[in-house]
Amino acid sequence: MTATISPLSEVTRSDAALRTFLHGLPGVDRVGADARAAGLGTRSIKTTAKAWAIDLAIRMVDLTTLEGADTPGKVRALCAKARRPDPADPSCPPVAAICVYPSMVPTAAEALRGSGIHLASVATAFPSGQAPLKVKLDDTRAAVAAGADEIDMVISRGAFLAGRYLEVFEEITAIKEACGKAHLKVILETGELVTYDNVRRASWLAMLAGGDFIKTSTGKVSPAATLPVTLIMLEAVRDFLDTTGRKVGVKPAGGIRTTKDAIKYLVMVNEIAGDGWLDPDWFRFGASTLLNDLLMQRTKLATGHYSGPDYFTLD
Amino acid sequence: MSRFEYAPAPESRSIVKLQPSYGLFINGEFTDGAGSFKTISPASEEVLAEVAEASSADVDRAVQAARRAYEDVWGPMPGRERAKYLFRIARIIAERSRELAVLESLNNGKPIKESRDVDVPLSAAHFFYYAGWADKLPYAGFGADPRPLGVAGQVIPWNFPLLMLAWKIAPALAAGNTVVLKPAETTPLSALLFAEICQQAELPPGVVNIVTGAGETGAALVNHPDVDKVAFTGSTEVGRIIARAVAGTKKKVTLELGGKAANIVFDDAAIDQAVEGIVNGIFFNQGHVCCAGSRLLVQESVADQLLESLKRRMATLRVGDPLDKNTDIGAINSAEQLSRIKALAEIGASEGAERWSPACELPERGFWFAPTIFTGVSQAHRIAREEIFGPVLSVLTFRTPAEAVEKANNTPYGLSAGIWSEKGSRILAIADQLRAGVVWANTFNKFDPTSPFGGYKESGYGREGGRHGLEAYLAQ
Repeated sequence: MTATISPLSEVTRSDAALRTFLHGLPGVDRVGADARAAGLGTRSIKTTAKAWAIDLAIRMVDLTTLEGADTPGKVRALCAKARRPDPADPSCPPVAAICVYPSMVPTAAEALRGSGIHLASVATAFPSGQAPLKVKLDDTRAAVAAGADEIDMVISRGAFLAGRYLEVFEEITAIKEACGKAHLKVILETGELVTYDNVRRASWLAMLAGGDFIKTSTGKVSPAATLPVTLIMLEAVRDFLDTTGRKVGVKPAGGIRTTKDAIKYLVMVNEIAGDGWLDPDWFRFGASTLLNDLLMQRTKLATGHYSGPDYFTLD
Repeated sequence: MSRFEYAPAPESRSIVKLQPSYGLFINGEFTDGAGSFKTISPASEEVLAEVAEASSADVDRAVQAARRAYEDVWGPMPGRERAKYLFRIARIIAERSRELAVLESLNNGKPIKESRDVDVPLSAAHFFYYAGWADKLPYAGFGADPRPLGVAGQVIPWNFPLLMLAWKIAPALAAGNTVVLKPAETTPLSALLFAEICQQAELPPGVVNIVTGAGETGAALVNHPDVDKVAFTGSTEVGRIIARAVAGTKKKVTLELGGKAANIVFDDAAIDQAVEGIVNGIFFNQGHVCCAGSRLLVQESVADQLLESLKRRMATLRVGDPLDKNTDIGAINSAEQLSRIKALAEIGASEGAERWSPACELPERGFWFAPTIFTGVSQAHRIAREEIFGPVLSVLTFRTPAEAVEKANNTPYGLSAGIWSEKGSRILAIADQLRAGVVWANTFNKFDPTSPFGGYKESGYGREGGRHGLEAYLAQ
């Protein structure tokens, strides 16, 4: 598949053409976008709808550990949890993927073999992205060679904020090529892009360059994922599908810790992008602590009472 | 149908203790009226209670009680003392907000999320705001020693029963007037609960009197010789009758009447937010809003894209049980209003406009109308000229800013308007040319007690809200 889509291939021919296109996208009114996200957050999801949403959210989790303190033992434990999040309940579905640093990919690949769970690796000098392109490409190829089938790259926010859109575009295109068959998630690091107009432009840029997913954040910058930013990105993938016929996924990451939050995101997916995105192939949560709260609420719904946090494994 | 089906999430009715029958609230007590009528839930047609109907003799008792309270207690009372009562009422409204919200949704048909998040908090905010004015009237800009008018006769509509009551009663009381208020025939219950709140706040008897009934009760109140001030919110038709009735009398009058607001979307607007504003403008409160953005004027170059987005958005609107927390559009308030909406929609279709509604299942009982848009509407169509007061949007296009202004102003009304553009200079230039009392930019249907509200032309006269709202209740 080619990186650019024919209806819009003209717009990436030059920096000037790309800037004209991105700046010609409809603006985002911050007050209105915030109000819309807050309004969707008041939806009341109860009983059967809640049970369905919790299971879906579990299936959408990219169970993540991106710490200096990661060890092979911790990664193996996480992989075991990915397969059977609730050991006491076999009806609990597995998560979508494990997300680790490239150095942990071989360990995770071994532990996940045969499970059908995806293995995502951050790459491209995560989280800053401040490295020469060659280093980023090598980083990507190494992660893929070690067994990652999803790559979470970061864009060069410096180049984007300076208006060098073509540079960002070409970087994403090159990394997409280095990914081979692996899926590419493009991290926009929306906390550093600051304005919603930038989020919309960066979303389109990443999609034009061939990204399979657009992802909010590394989790290392505050604010990470927010509801309004995810709203803008969901509008972008919806409009991109309408314009080009190609469907792109969305992954909010960082700061989503509770079932209540996760359900707000799912409501937003449902009402903004449409229920075609209510699927782990098209929407993911980048999270670590979220899973335990989902499990706790799942048990509460099934049994009618809460069990303490000690009944769920820490990692 | 979506794969993500939201299970019913009804707000509990148990917080409201409905009585089988309600009397008139006169001189601080509930008393019997001459007759009675039934009040229903428009969502189910269930009878909620029997409500007293005030005769002209009952209205006379109420006005006399208000006069006595004005002469003996409320008029002479220092502003700082009046303020205490108003603050107390505001606090009790906030404390009993859930009860008021459920009752409002039951009797009016509006979604609980609106009564909970808009009507009731704004009502409390109105009392808080005017409580603050009560001891500062000499500084309001209406002379060094502004005096109250006396007894105010107030007639309010059914679309925001509690909020319109707050808009009327709070400034009147802050300025030192006493009131006799008639709630709309179809929505008397929240006003009667407010009467209970007045008792709870130990408001002196006669300061607030509530007389329930229909048009004849309202006429008796407006025509009563001892009323000093008439305040009315409702249709332009009834507003004309009232203006005639008070002409040549000592009575001061303010009228807040109908509207046919233009919501103008320019090609550089933030489209997704404009769509939200259009939806909020016409489908908020089932379109039962005098300042509703019932005419969409969209620049031709973005019209197709905008309409596609609007239709997609409308398909996600949830129509149904007003007490369900996920309901976006509730019931039409009455059979009478429903038939008026239906009749005008039929006229729209027969005049050649193209009608569209999303697929939505309407409940069998009760009064319901699916959100509807008409495209291909011209200025000559009746649906572009007459106030429908329902969830029906007429879509017109324009090519130049001058054409937008011309079309927006080409209406006998002038209550509100909306402008959608990312260009600040354009917003200011257009707002200057629109003949409407309120002009919203990149938002719609935003209300605040500090902001004056009122109309141009046949949308009425006088202002409610803000410092300006005091003027209607003061003699300089």
